[in-house]
Amino acid sequence: MANARMKDIRAFSGFGSIAVAGVLFLYLPILFLCVYSFNDGRSVSQWSGFSFRWYITVFGNSGIKAAAMNSLTIATIAASVSTVLALGAAMATVNRRFKGETLAYATLTFPLMVPEIVTAVASLVFFVSLGVRLGFSTILIAHIVFCIPFAYLPIRARLEGMDATLNAAAADLYASPIRAFWRITLPLLAPGLMSGWLLAFIISLDDFIITALVAGPGSTTLPLHIYGMLRLGITPEVNAISTMMLVGSIVLLAIAGVLGRSSKNS
Amino acid sequence: MVIAAFRRNTALGSDEQVRVERSSGETAPAIQIAAEVTGLQKIYNPSTPQAFQALKDINLTIRSNEFFTLLGPSGCGKTTLLRILGGFEAMTEGTCRIFGQDVSLLPPEARPVNTVFQQYALFPHMTVRRNIAFGLEMLGRPKSEVASVVDRMLALVSMTDYADRKPDHLSGGQRQRVALARALAPQPKLLLLDEPLSALDLKLRQKMRLELKALQRETGITFIFVTHDQEEALAMSDRVAVLSDGRLQQVGTPEEIYEQPQSRFVADFIGESNLLCATVNRIDGALVEFRLAGLGSVNLNCSEILQVGQEVTLSIRPERIALSAVRGQCGLGPAVIFDRTYLGNAVEYHLRAGEQTLTVRSPRGGLRGLQDFAPGDSVFLAFEPNAPKVLTT
Repeated sequence: MANARMKDIRAFSGFGSIAVAGVLFLYLPILFLCVYSFNDGRSVSQWSGFSFRWYITVFGNSGIKAAAMNSLTIATIAASVSTVLALGAAMATVNRRFKGETLAYATLTFPLMVPEIVTAVASLVFFVSLGVRLGFSTILIAHIVFCIPFAYLPIRARLEGMDATLNAAAADLYASPIRAFWRITLPLLAPGLMSGWLLAFIISLDDFIITALVAGPGSTTLPLHIYGMLRLGITPEVNAISTMMLVGSIVLLAIAGVLGRSSKNS
Repeated sequence: MVIAAFRRNTALGSDEQVRVERSSGETAPAIQIAAEVTGLQKIYNPSTPQAFQALKDINLTIRSNEFFTLLGPSGCGKTTLLRILGGFEAMTEGTCRIFGQDVSLLPPEARPVNTVFQQYALFPHMTVRRNIAFGLEMLGRPKSEVASVVDRMLALVSMTDYADRKPDHLSGGQRQRVALARALAPQPKLLLLDEPLSALDLKLRQKMRLELKALQRETGITFIFVTHDQEEALAMSDRVAVLSDGRLQQVGTPEEIYEQPQSRFVADFIGESNLLCATVNRIDGALVEFRLAGLGSVNLNCSEILQVGQEVTLSIRPERIALSAVRGQCGLGPAVIFDRTYLGNAVEYHLRAGEQTLTVRSPRGGLRGLQDFAPGDSVFLAFEPNAPKVLTT
């Protein structure tokens, strides 16, 4: 209290170096991973020249290709289905008062807080008790379910920011509720739907724990396959796959960014 | 120029239906009823502790081709009434007819009514042209007709040069014009305007007042205009309905509302008024003597039925009182000036007489401008016998 003048925390000495150290801690391992994906040798820690050989190996590996294909298919379907379901949930819960409003919101977003292993075990027990054969379909169902809250949040945020009188204006101009939805609500929600879909897509593509439990013999996804490869020893092949996944997600993010900006500007 | 454009285009008669309606309106002089509300009650959250009655016993008839204004302070229920006419709000009780058709249970999209919203509610992802075309497209009009009507509307509101812009790239006044064009494009029978000028600055507001009024005359569409700005209401309307606390206080022409207020509320809300407490002292046929606290007695011609000893309110406008330094023939006073405000074209005096305070506005210029007073002066008041309005409620 003696010195009442607040000092901006960013003015303390050492703040800059801590920040740089933090960024290095975050990105140095990823940078290493990328660099060593171009290593000519078998080692992931000893540089022996630049080459694309591990990328070529990846493309020649039918197991990786099958797993990647599975992952992309599951992520695409799961993201799409969960986005549609989340859109319905958002339409039903936003901008209207009803009994159990808070409960509905909590129920929809609670899975984000549940430890993933709990969801994974629950899903497994559920499928087994129903007698469903584990495989592609169980992975897909589980992914759709856990993607819903991720898709729901951006859609909800966008819907909350939408001017409610726009719907009144559409009705005033002779649009039925369905046509008002297609012509007004849906186009205005597009950026929210886009980010919801992308988030769900990335989360599905990336998932390991739930997938590991509900995947049956013979069905695998990219994260499961990579984990399997690591158990046989680390080669730069894994670096190459990871680098490609990284580039893929950066491209997706860039697309989302460009779409978001153009919809704001136009 | 705006009007000329519309006249030229309506003369071409691209909309058959409108032409027929207009010509039949000219041959039949009988006044058509545009909207009729009877026995309207609106209660929000009925049978809960938060129950709130927004509108009470509203009976209202709006004539065809009328510029009708709903005027009242915020929270008086005027916007609720407009939303009920538009179909955005359901009535708790009562019926609502538009050109004879009972629309009480119809949703907004089934009513021959369009609305200009307070914040315009333009569709942000559509160009000006697409916004204006929206209503016609929803009605399933052929493409060629939509295009020609939209062009006509763009010309009508002088927005042709901005047809391909999106609402975000328009100024407030331009958005207002687009909202107006969008609501007029489907040729509604009734246009509802929810404080459309409140978001504009003063200069633009005054300009749009004239344009709106001209637009109403030219299109022959019945306008129902909601505002809390009494100046706006008086300047634009054919008739005004004053609302307060969910009740209709008075319906009449601007002159009637201003000159013949029927209640203290209307007298006080419309313009400025001195509300003086008075007691009926003597009644001699139509001539009634009132005693005003602190000011003396005055004889007025009065048509109201009064009793000796009755307490009433005399309402008199600040500009209808003349001040003089000497007691005239029927002068009241003396009163003491405690404040003088220079307004440019007039001087406003604030006076105190006993417990009452009064406001008097004297125009500057001409002969009356020669008289000037300073705070502290003792003055006498005079007014024409028909200037005060006797209010019993």
